[in-house]
Amino acid sequence: MSERVVILGARVVDPVSGTDDVRDVVVADGRIAGPEAADGAERIDAEGLVLAPGLVDLHAHLREPGDEHKETVETGTRAAAAGGFTAVAAMANTVPVTDHAAIVHEVRDLAAAAGLADVFPVGAITTGLAGETLAEMGEMVDAGVRVFSDDGRSVPTARLLRNALVYATAFPVEVVIAEHAEDASLVEDGHMHEGAVSASLGLAGRPAAAEEIAVARDLAIARATGGRLHLCHLSTARAVDLVRRAKTEGVRVTAEVTPHHLTFTDEDLRTYDTHLKMNPPLRTAEDREALRAGVADGTIDVIATDHAPHAVEEKEAEFDRSPPGTIGLETALAVVLTELVHPGVIPLARAIDALSVAPARILRAADHGGALDPGRPANLVLFDPGDTWTVEPPFVSKARNSAFTGRTLRGRVRATMLRGAFTVADGKPTR
Amino acid sequence: MNDHLLSMHDLTAADVVRILDTAESFREVGTRVIKKVPALRGRTVVNLFLENSTRTRISFELAAKRLSADVINFSASGSSVAKGESLKDTALTLQAMGADAIVIRHSSSGSPLQLTRWVDAHVLNAGDGTHEHPTQALLDLYTMREKLGHLEGLRVAIVGDVLHSRVARSLSVGLVTMGADVTLVGPPTLIPPDAPGWGVHVSYDIDGVIPKLDVVYVLRVQRERQRLEYFPSVREYARLFGLSRRRAAMLPEHALIMHPGPMNRGVEIDSDVADQPASVIEEQVTNGIAVRMALLFLLLGGRREDAA
Repeated sequence: MSERVVILGARVVDPVSGTDDVRDVVVADGRIAGPEAADGAERIDAEGLVLAPGLVDLHAHLREPGDEHKETVETGTRAAAAGGFTAVAAMANTVPVTDHAAIVHEVRDLAAAAGLADVFPVGAITTGLAGETLAEMGEMVDAGVRVFSDDGRSVPTARLLRNALVYATAFPVEVVIAEHAEDASLVEDGHMHEGAVSASLGLAGRPAAAEEIAVARDLAIARATGGRLHLCHLSTARAVDLVRRAKTEGVRVTAEVTPHHLTFTDEDLRTYDTHLKMNPPLRTAEDREALRAGVADGTIDVIATDHAPHAVEEKEAEFDRSPPGTIGLETALAVVLTELVHPGVIPLARAIDALSVAPARILRAADHGGALDPGRPANLVLFDPGDTWTVEPPFVSKARNSAFTGRTLRGRVRATMLRGAFTVADGKPTR
Repeated sequence: MNDHLLSMHDLTAADVVRILDTAESFREVGTRVIKKVPALRGRTVVNLFLENSTRTRISFELAAKRLSADVINFSASGSSVAKGESLKDTALTLQAMGADAIVIRHSSSGSPLQLTRWVDAHVLNAGDGTHEHPTQALLDLYTMREKLGHLEGLRVAIVGDVLHSRVARSLSVGLVTMGADVTLVGPPTLIPPDAPGWGVHVSYDIDGVIPKLDVVYVLRVQRERQRLEYFPSVREYARLFGLSRRRAAMLPEHALIMHPGPMNRGVEIDSDVADQPASVIEEQVTNGIAVRMALLFLLLGGRREDAA
């Protein structure tokens, strides 16, 4: 299955070893090989292209089991590959919820059968995502789960979150508790950022304070317990400030942001475009700038897609009845290049770090996000940083709900390789 | 005028004057024995009322009928919508039936704008969620202009649950467009935090505002809001913000008392205040028909000579 190829003349960007130069990379038997293996290998001219460790998405909704009409593990991982990803963390809000080992095994088996990207199921913190009792985390850790999250809502009480963080320290491996940080009582029935735009549109708001309160609470608990906390999809300037300060104080916290929060603001919602409805909501231009600065200075470790596929008819509804979220796997790299790298907000190596190295470290995905050294698994992405394209449906994903539809992006995936086998070649999924 | 009437933001001061002047010419039709002109003969107007409303639907129905349009009433209960049909599919069905105008009332903010993406018909917003209710604002402007002679410089207070009021949003925009001086009054929990950005004043002291007003516009306060902790009790609301007899007596003699209905007598307005001569609440209803005739006529491009 795996090819023997030599990738010639690509700019190799590998933040782990600090590499950023033009060289040839040889792949043989699913691994990166030394130059001696280049004889007789297929030659790929990659001049002008960038070769980097395959991207790792810390936050995707693959919808299977339960919501296969939106996405399946197979279609979701094919979309991931199309976007340059070789590993994806699959969120726990499946039906039934990923709150026990059987679902963990099922999701991973579906991914293995598809063979398009490695999938790391995220376990629920609480049984049924109900926010009442802790799920059986130990069983899921044994099944390989390293990240737990009740994504979609915050763990409702400080006590429950504290117990989750403390309980998770029992395991011999580092286990991360990932929080969707929004105070539930302040966002109830809210559909967008609360501010001048929501007031004018007559849409109930989700105030920035809801995130700030939850982030402050979660950081206080992480500080008090020494637990390992990850904050999902930050959206406000003050939350970035809180995380920045907590990190200097030694709190064990990492944080992520989505490509859409780095791109859009609440002003973009004036057309009631349901594709721009998100939780947490798109915020103000000031917040967007703070998020970009947070990525630049490393306060925000990870850029994750929050890939949230929905059926066409679900998004083609009234704004307050439409489910939140956008797909993102196929556009994440191009958005980061367009919004952050090309304008000079962050260097390319930082982008690869945020999209591959840092999320792989949090997921404990040892085969991903690593150095491109001989002997390492050949999980790679090859992309043209300057190729310009316009986002249009259809997508490789089963869903079409992309917030980026109609936008022109600069940067396009040419090939993705999972353990030496092309999942994407010539810019198209191989199967 | 645009193809649709979705928001008072869509209208310039000149547009508003044209609508009010046209309404004035139609008011007389309502006083005839045969209350009908052939202006929209052969045109089809659909009343798509997906949220319960009696007065606005009847007002639009009468307006369309007095212009000789064919009127179809489509409401949520007992229709395909109750069977789970989406707004888009409903819209496409109405489109296929040849609707020239769709008057939509819906509990979701923004749904009239979404409708314009799916149909060719002219769309009139008859109230969308907590967003806007432009025809109500226009009939209120009509009533103020008729009673007080002008709109520019009028001092108007809008009192009550501004946060959840589509009427307050549309009326504020319309009044500001026409150069009036608007003050929003209510408990701070029910005033949008960014309201000063609308070009209006905000006050929490109704007694300080009332003596200087030309119009006090009282909004309906839903008891539901108390459960959601916006104010402690209906009793306290009435005491702090209700238009009591004492407060009504503080109004200048020429000032109008207005309410979009339906009223909660004893909550936001005392029963005998609602019935006193300064109150023009019944006239608001009558004027509503003329204003809606004007809007249908202007949007559907009815022939002026048929309007006589």
